[in-house]
Amino acid sequence: MKAKDTLLYLDGVSVSFDGFRAINNLSLVLQSGEMRAIIGPNGAGKTTMMDIITGKTKPDTGDVYFNGTVDLTGHDEAEIAMLGIGRKFQKPTVFESHTVEDNLVLALSGSRSAFSALFHRQSRDEADRILEILYTIRLFEKRHWLAANLSHGQKQWLEIGMLLAQDPKLLLVDEPVAGMTDAETAETAKLLRDIARTRSVIVVEHDMHFVRELDVKVTCLHEGSVLAEGSLDHVSNDQRVIEVYLGR
Amino acid sequence: MITQWFFKHGDRRGVIVIAFLVGIACLVPLLNLLVPDTSPLHVPTYLVSLLGKYLTYALLAVALDLVWGFCGILSLGHGAFFALGGYAMGMYLMRQIGPRGVYADPVLPDFMVFLNWKELPWFWYGFDNFWFAALMVVLVPGVLAFGFGWLAFRSRVTGVYLSIITQALTYALLLAFFRNDMGFGGNNGLTDFKDILGFNIQAGTTRSALFAATALFLALAVFVSGFIIRSKLGKVLVGVRDAESRMRFLGYRVDRYKLFVWTLSAMMAGIAGALYVPQVGIINPSEFEPANSIEAVIWVAVGGRGTIIGPIIGAVLVNFGKTYFTTAFPEAWLFALGALFILVTLFLPKGILGLYGAWKARRAADAAQKDDEVLPPVVKQSGKRVPAPEPQAAE
Repeated sequence: MKAKDTLLYLDGVSVSFDGFRAINNLSLVLQSGEMRAIIGPNGAGKTTMMDIITGKTKPDTGDVYFNGTVDLTGHDEAEIAMLGIGRKFQKPTVFESHTVEDNLVLALSGSRSAFSALFHRQSRDEADRILEILYTIRLFEKRHWLAANLSHGQKQWLEIGMLLAQDPKLLLVDEPVAGMTDAETAETAKLLRDIARTRSVIVVEHDMHFVRELDVKVTCLHEGSVLAEGSLDHVSNDQRVIEVYLGR
Repeated sequence: MITQWFFKHGDRRGVIVIAFLVGIACLVPLLNLLVPDTSPLHVPTYLVSLLGKYLTYALLAVALDLVWGFCGILSLGHGAFFALGGYAMGMYLMRQIGPRGVYADPVLPDFMVFLNWKELPWFWYGFDNFWFAALMVVLVPGVLAFGFGWLAFRSRVTGVYLSIITQALTYALLLAFFRNDMGFGGNNGLTDFKDILGFNIQAGTTRSALFAATALFLALAVFVSGFIIRSKLGKVLVGVRDAESRMRFLGYRVDRYKLFVWTLSAMMAGIAGALYVPQVGIINPSEFEPANSIEAVIWVAVGGRGTIIGPIIGAVLVNFGKTYFTTAFPEAWLFALGALFILVTLFLPKGILGLYGAWKARRAADAAQKDDEVLPPVVKQSGKRVPAPEPQAAE
């Protein structure tokens, strides 16, 4: 497979921390418009993989290409974010002392320079986009609340909304339904499927029920490399996957 | 037009404080110069200078609040920028003495003659012009802060490590300025000033003018800080304070935002120092003392950080207490300051202004409850009342 026609291309990526190989010769390819679920036991390297893609961690060896040609290892977090890769953390990370609306204002795509921020005035277009996202993430009624006062599930949604506002080509979503109720989980799956219609998404998740609801290609990581890849049924019938991850 | 803009976008509290500062900038000089000595309303000249000194401290506190309260950068060395601004002003005032010094040298300040220096060091050139000195008042602290911040923020030095480096910065400057070879008067510093802009620095009118200038600069600082905090840039700063890495993953160059507010804050501190020196009549290396910078942090904490207004109140109150204590019980002051810091940390984490905010919120909640009892249900649905867990507006 050539890197040129892909959205995200990882080949032979390795990284170690103090001698521990968190990622070991990992290769992964994501097509434009694709949604992918990543599963795997704790310590399989899922979060480290996201750190590498978003520029937080530099790989020791291997290639990481975005959009076919952009070498991500040569850019830092802010640059990678501006290239069009958005990231949702495992623990909901929103700006607690800002209102819901201001959280979205900060995330909204546009100039990131300090000078333009000082004299920024919200355009009609921007206001409309924020309104649209507020409806999408079902937080319109609470737009003037401080983010600190939202429930756990609402914070997760707000963070997803911030990703939408960022308007990325690729979304990395780390355990979006951890700590959510069943109803919230179902809503979140619907939300992510909506989002995946217009952009590529990588979801890391432990909740197999949720992964089944997403109904997409699944990659199982183990000890820093790919153990199995394919449909959920294919992966969950793989003997090695059952052994290291699913149990029984 | 600016006032119009301000009334539309500014918060009411900021407008009140600015109006108050402009008011005292006019009133205090009037009460000093026009009201006769015998009247109880007369403000003696020593008090004008004392109040002026408090307001320069308040300006330093506002500068510190801008970086600490809104961007989470706890500087334990802001006194360094204050002192540098003070030295720039002090150098101008030294050159204004001219041949009236003890050694009557037309160019060299007394301490240089005393040290047997033959000519003026190059870095004293230009300080005979007020405009040059005024430029240096903001440029020297600004450039130092820019260089320091550029290195520190790019390397992602944060939290307590950054605080310690700022402390080291002011300590290093303290040691440097103590040396006679530095050319800034060694441990005696710069003093014995005569004129500022041609006016006798001891005269009551000059003192009043300096007070008014300080109050107006403080009002300007409140205005500028308010403008920044309400802008999108201000929201980014608060975002950096609360979740720095999130801000990075949203594509913001966090280091540049920090650098902007850090440099601006240092310049404000420099202006505060420049206004301080002519009012107290001396600048010496003890202004670089780390304890001074820590005291400034206490003013901000007492008044309420992240509020702009709180630090002004904190600076004035704590220094009023200091003036009283150091005359009444000189030994007890440091203990009182320490106790104050502990009490505020334990019982008033949001400072005096936070206490006021909590009181107002409680009153609003009580009033809402009363509404529930008195008003018929129809009125309640009119949209006047907000849902129960409505949070307070962000400070």
